[in-house]
Amino acid sequence: MANMTNTPESAGSNLMARALREGFYAGLVALGLFVLFVGLKTDQNILNELILVQRWGLLAIFVVIAAVGRFLSVAFIRPYLAERKAEKAAAPVKDANFFVRNFSMIAIAVLIVYPPIMVGLFGFQGSLKWVDNFGIQILIYVMLAWGLNIVVGLAGLLDLGYVAFYAVGAYSYALLSSHFGLSFWILLPMAGIFAALWGVILGFPVLRLKGDYLAIVTLAFGEIIRLVLINWTAVTKGTFGISGIAKASVFGIWSFDVSATNNFAKVFGLPMSSSYYKIFLFYLILALCLLTAFVTIRLRRMPIGRAWEALREDEIACRSLGINTVTTKLTAFATGAMFGGFAGSFFAVRQGFVSPESFVFLESAIILAIVVLGGMGSLIGIAIAATLMIGGTELLREMEFLKHIFGPDFTPELYRMLIFGLAMIIVMVWKPRGFVGSREPTAFLRERKSVSGSFTKEGHG
Amino acid sequence: MEYFVQQLVNGLTLGSIYGLIAIGYTMVYGIIGMVNFAHGDIFMLGGFAALIVYLVLVGLFGGIPIALALFIMILVAMVMTGLWNWVIEKMAYRPLRGSFRLAPLITAIGMSIALSNFIQVTQGPRNKPIPSMVSSVYDVFGISISLKQIIIVVVTAVLLTIFWYIVNHTPLGRAQRATEQDRKMAALLGVDVDKTISITFIMGAALAAVAGTMYLMYYGVIVFTDGFTPGVKAFTAAVLGGIGSLPGAVLGGLMIGLIESLWSAYFTIDYKDVATFSILAIVLIFKPSGILGRPEVEKV
Repeated sequence: MANMTNTPESAGSNLMARALREGFYAGLVALGLFVLFVGLKTDQNILNELILVQRWGLLAIFVVIAAVGRFLSVAFIRPYLAERKAEKAAAPVKDANFFVRNFSMIAIAVLIVYPPIMVGLFGFQGSLKWVDNFGIQILIYVMLAWGLNIVVGLAGLLDLGYVAFYAVGAYSYALLSSHFGLSFWILLPMAGIFAALWGVILGFPVLRLKGDYLAIVTLAFGEIIRLVLINWTAVTKGTFGISGIAKASVFGIWSFDVSATNNFAKVFGLPMSSSYYKIFLFYLILALCLLTAFVTIRLRRMPIGRAWEALREDEIACRSLGINTVTTKLTAFATGAMFGGFAGSFFAVRQGFVSPESFVFLESAIILAIVVLGGMGSLIGIAIAATLMIGGTELLREMEFLKHIFGPDFTPELYRMLIFGLAMIIVMVWKPRGFVGSREPTAFLRERKSVSGSFTKEGHG
Repeated sequence: MEYFVQQLVNGLTLGSIYGLIAIGYTMVYGIIGMVNFAHGDIFMLGGFAALIVYLVLVGLFGGIPIALALFIMILVAMVMTGLWNWVIEKMAYRPLRGSFRLAPLITAIGMSIALSNFIQVTQGPRNKPIPSMVSSVYDVFGISISLKQIIIVVVTAVLLTIFWYIVNHTPLGRAQRATEQDRKMAALLGVDVDKTISITFIMGAALAAVAGTMYLMYYGVIVFTDGFTPGVKAFTAAVLGGIGSLPGAVLGGLMIGLIESLWSAYFTIDYKDVATFSILAIVLIFKPSGILGRPEVEKV
């Protein structure tokens, strides 16, 4: 019983002793980890030979941060978190407030008024950055992640090569528009169809594969498509890429080409600016995103959507209930790929330039990360994850003030992907089920209840 | 014929490096069923550790014998990357062990991005060339075999024998195989599951570090992005051989190495990776669990 009669005071000093010890070990481990990579830097001298630059001060900072961080975490943060968890468990579950209940409606409304507000705040030229770099960039990833969500989140097929379909869409627009002069509005559906076709072509051989085997083969397909784009120079111009891709027009009524007679700015007698086109693109990608969301929500209620989710939960049960798993898998691949193709052709129109550089495995990984971090299958969660991950890393480009703290040599862009990677780990460890971890069932008995995400399975073949 | 044998030798060398990396994938997959995407970057980290150790050694004792330098490089790189992988497993993968399958995959991808960018930030984005360490070339029946290639194949063979012995004939290996079969039952029978998994990660990282050192010695240059392509190839090798199987990983690695060098020799070098990935796809379509993998039996 000796343990039970510990006074709080001695427990506290035990905790402190433990925290000190763990802090010491953490410092020691950090010293081991960083002594070579931070303490020494390989650099080229004038003779182009590698030399070592010593940075023991920086190493000391790393070690101290690790030791102090560990100490604080054991001594203060963990007890506090444990206490808060207990409090939370005791507190009654609150009803969702107005904001949470109508989140999607509010979000759409905000997005619709977003460009005018930015124009109002920063002027046409100043709004470019906010509409293009943030708005359009994030919405492209939202769309891609929602497209991949159909394959991974609904049908449970782990696809590591989703960027292939994005590439197919982008290149089919770039090639067809530069060779045949077809307009965006004809090529957008065609890009979707091509990508869906590729989805079926690549999906067919992998029907028998499960889990990680499926993952590696889809990764291989993604790499094959990228390598073909690089090496088939006669058609794709290899790593140089295709430039000068035609801009989209407002259904052929108004054009955004400076020389055209029906130029948008000329027709309305406005001063010339590239921001009209960007604002138009913003609404275009918003519309495409909403289309993706609408189709996904509708499909989930149709037999095919139910079949996808059944497939995700248990393939054998699915088959024994008479669901054709071949068509179910292929339609999932095709539908997901189609949205990737749409996003791809939009990407080509927005950039005016495509090259294989844009379709590397890292893109697939980022899209998959957004889907998982958002909470698989949850459209709102995925949109939140895309906003945080993409918007957050874009924001790093804007951190000019950091130069005043760390000196003029400090380039925040360099740390962008490092922070992105670490954020992926931290978010996943903190919320393994993603931001939105509960599911709204489409079929229910009497009453619709939210199901915890832990009851759904993912990633099985 | 000589040309063919020459390509076989080159393929064997490349395949040994892939095989060493592939073992790390396969062991981790076998024991916790997780694809450790960061493993390729662990390999790159090992290469960088070897590079820095080499520069330190040359800086401190100019005329150090190459054999001794290589030995120290391998040893330090093994310890270093082992430590890294131990910490990575503890911080990024262990908290998610009971979670759903995709969660550790995502942290592994995040870790891969973070590691390569960490090296980019701390060591700079440029290629890191070193002067050739071993340059002797032997002529055997008209085939030129360099000492580098001999070292790589011999080191791989020795390490494989050691690791094969560890996994099959020591208490540690028994604990590993027990954990692989049934983690809960192994824990009930007194196996320290956490420790076993940690050691598996350290072993995988140590082999990847050796592969990294060999890669640095063979090509004489390393850059922070070098983890990705060999990593994917080694993963491909592990899957091709049947993920979870140790001999399978080596077989897969050798196959990928041979395919690559023969394809480059007889067809075009541009499409060598396309060939590798296509053969992977074709093999898996006809043998969905790899060459030496046991087919998964689903129980209902």
